[in-house]
Amino acid sequence: MSERLVIIGNGMAPGRMLEHLLEQAPGRYTVTIFNAEPRVNYDRIMLSPVLSGEKAYEEIIIHGDGWYIANNITLYKGHKIVAIDRTAKTVTSDHGVTEPYDKLVIATGSVPFIIPVPGHDLPGVLTYRDLDDVQAMMLAAQSRAKAVVIGGGLLGLEAAAGLNAQGMDVTVLHVMPTLMERQLDPAAGYLLQRAVEQRGIKVITKANTQAITGNGKVGQVELADGTIIPATLVVMAVGIRPNSALAKQAGIAVNRGIVVDAGMRSNDPDIYALGECAEVNGQVYGLVAPLYEMARVTASQLAGNEAAAFVHMDTPTKLKVTGIDLFSLGDFAEGEDRQEIVLRDAAAGVYKRLVLKDDRIIGTVLYGETADGAWFNDLKKKQTDISEMRDTLIFGQSYQGGAPLDPMAAVAALPDDAEICGCNGVCKGKITGAITAKGLTSLDDVRAHTKASASCGSCTGLVEKLMVLTIGDKYNPAAVQPMCGCTTLGHDEVRRLIIAKRLKTIPAVMQELEWTTSCGCAKCRPALNYYLVCDWPDDYADDYQSRFINERVHANIQKDGTYSVVPRMWGGVTNAAELRAIADVVDKFEIPMVKVTGGQRIDMLGIRKEDLPAVWADLGQAGFVSGHAYAKGLRTVKTCVGSDWCRFGTQDSTGFGVRIEKFMWGSWTPAKVKMAVSGCPRNCAEATCKDVGVICVDSGYEIHFAGAAGLDIKGTEVLGMVKTEDEALEHIVALTQMYREQGRYLERIYKWAKRIGIPEIKRQIMDDGEKRKAYYDRFVFSQKFAQVDPWSERVSGKDKHEFRPMASVGFAQAAE
Amino acid sequence: MNWIAIGSISDIPRRGARCVATPEGKIAVFRTADDQVYAIDDHCPHRGGPLSQGIVHGTAVTCPLHNWVISLETGKALGADEGAVRTIPVRVEGERLFIALEALASRAA
Repeated sequence: MSERLVIIGNGMAPGRMLEHLLEQAPGRYTVTIFNAEPRVNYDRIMLSPVLSGEKAYEEIIIHGDGWYIANNITLYKGHKIVAIDRTAKTVTSDHGVTEPYDKLVIATGSVPFIIPVPGHDLPGVLTYRDLDDVQAMMLAAQSRAKAVVIGGGLLGLEAAAGLNAQGMDVTVLHVMPTLMERQLDPAAGYLLQRAVEQRGIKVITKANTQAITGNGKVGQVELADGTIIPATLVVMAVGIRPNSALAKQAGIAVNRGIVVDAGMRSNDPDIYALGECAEVNGQVYGLVAPLYEMARVTASQLAGNEAAAFVHMDTPTKLKVTGIDLFSLGDFAEGEDRQEIVLRDAAAGVYKRLVLKDDRIIGTVLYGETADGAWFNDLKKKQTDISEMRDTLIFGQSYQGGAPLDPMAAVAALPDDAEICGCNGVCKGKITGAITAKGLTSLDDVRAHTKASASCGSCTGLVEKLMVLTIGDKYNPAAVQPMCGCTTLGHDEVRRLIIAKRLKTIPAVMQELEWTTSCGCAKCRPALNYYLVCDWPDDYADDYQSRFINERVHANIQKDGTYSVVPRMWGGVTNAAELRAIADVVDKFEIPMVKVTGGQRIDMLGIRKEDLPAVWADLGQAGFVSGHAYAKGLRTVKTCVGSDWCRFGTQDSTGFGVRIEKFMWGSWTPAKVKMAVSGCPRNCAEATCKDVGVICVDSGYEIHFAGAAGLDIKGTEVLGMVKTEDEALEHIVALTQMYREQGRYLERIYKWAKRIGIPEIKRQIMDDGEKRKAYYDRFVFSQKFAQVDPWSERVSGKDKHEFRPMASVGFAQAAE
Repeated sequence: MNWIAIGSISDIPRRGARCVATPEGKIAVFRTADDQVYAIDDHCPHRGGPLSQGIVHGTAVTCPLHNWVISLETGKALGADEGAVRTIPVRVEGERLFIALEALASRAA
């Protein structure tokens, strides 16, 4: 019979321990986990990107529910253990579950330190520890009001940056004279403060918080010097202490943390402790690398290897705030027996300092340029004598031996045992070995097999370089294809960041996302303009200079520089008055070509640009509006005559087509959208090769999408079947909005659907009523600003400069 | 040089262009994001597309017909494409814009 292993806590350390244990001793234990948080194991290091909106919770899950099921592990979510009975060898949860154990692992982590100032318990005072805290902060941030973060260390600054990204006015209070004084020397602390302030975050150092006051909730923070800072949210991020109360209460030896030996065993031989709650050799730890080392040791011990032992190591610190690069390692206090090497480049915002003792590196601070961190770390770890290269040491590895400053060569030169991923303790040899042995070709594969860059992700660049070095061209980093030459970001990242950072103008996007050109190019500008129009329908002022000419002048440019004009004919239905008006316009402006389009309307070709407003004025008199035949937007809804006339028609396909078109016209989409409604499965409107199509049947409406009949030919996929016209409209609108929000510019629906997956789209539109309604509502909101006829606007004088020459120079004038 | 007044800089939108009609065809006058003004023939060296209708970025314009990118400074096609259009001297005096049509004048005369 297998032994019973009970784990208290479900953070990253026990999660990692289980991975090792399942590998080393599969089946040896029956595992039960009690998690005080009501969820699975997620990557706490990534809470800051969740707070800033750069990642979603789903993206930081380490072990999903399926993992527990697959490994036959019982997980009690939301169960806090309140008692350990060491005699009976059981634990009991606050919900009354009692579970016996043969071996017990305590991984209760840490609790945030609360400064016991008056008002620390007011509503609106939060800590920064778990997902609940982050969600509470994101909720508070919706007010866009003022926030105070107490604590200018790693956590405090990440919280401040996140709240700032969420649109709050943030002040950081730090009791020491410089930020992150435990990891940075004063010079780097100063540079950091400047960078933080440049983001619009206020920093007050030497700030002694005296009280938090307010009327039943947080209103302001008062400092000892009398300063008063208004705030509706206060985040305390002043530190953590091991959460060892439960162990203490059970009579287990506790000092600062739960005292364990190098094998992670407490003074009760059947009870282990690991993670932030454990104290080993007099030290407690808070960074992930040593915690993962504890996990490895504990797993080996549980698997029967009693020699496994935890060894202290220094861990580099990195700040996870986009755009601020800093790296800190080891001991950098000044001392008699120490020398230092410093490099400053104020213009570039670079500061580097190495602290040496006996010709060996013992501490490193890098700010602004951190690429050599891994190399310095390696030199320190191996205690390499650096006297030979002392003069050029600070310039980094690539400078040694006169080699060119090629980052690729620097990575190539790293020894096999150089650590690449600090979080997971993965060295170069392990990564390159896995790439070769397992034939890995994508970053995700490497992450899955080696864990390198799978935690905080800051070594992703190094891992990618290793992939290129190992497999050359077979590594295709263009899993993310940049939008254009102006950026390294792909469309999806840009869209995500526009929302996350609440970027609302093209210059703001280019500034914040570090565009490499001053004003973009003809590829990125129209894309950005669309994303902003779609994401901020009420706030964003459409930038016509970033629109392709057709959308700027609302007509289609032809090869000779003339334009064609297509008025809307709702559902392809017209009448004598409309046709007469078109005939008159054709005569009046001597339009050389009139043609019926594939979308059931009439195209007038060869119109001079100067004549466009007059043509539209005449068409407008007859009730015509723009057909948007030029737009990345809703074009036509083709129909058949349906139950009104056709002996086979099952529903009013014409009426429904007109209804869809009247509801959706004017909306901008990533690429053109063409629709059709057929009144019976004979499908005379050819709905099954459209972006969105409807086939009416006796029992209702079959909704199709993702067809193509252009460069590619593809029949549609069936989204689903609904009973009423109202439902059909809601589903079609929601589908279109989902595509509007997720599609890449110029990506037609069928390509988007292939990328996202048909089942996922069905799930969100057919199965998830709430999501569908939300998409629908957002589309309706956006239409309030989109349904303006661009032709009549221009008839009444808008953009008239577009349609007239600036000046005319005659022969006489030119010859003067 | 025969400097001819064609209007004011504010007649042209930033990152945009306007046309000046001349006996020899249209000239496209561009205004960049940082208010530099350039004039070139409104005729792409590729297939004659109206460059004035293109998207202006930096000191270049992308032709609306087939996406050739033409330098406003030199009139030359950028990137892999080869070809050039005539550039026309422009002078900005305060708000006023002038173009020089010497070559045109001599031919016309």
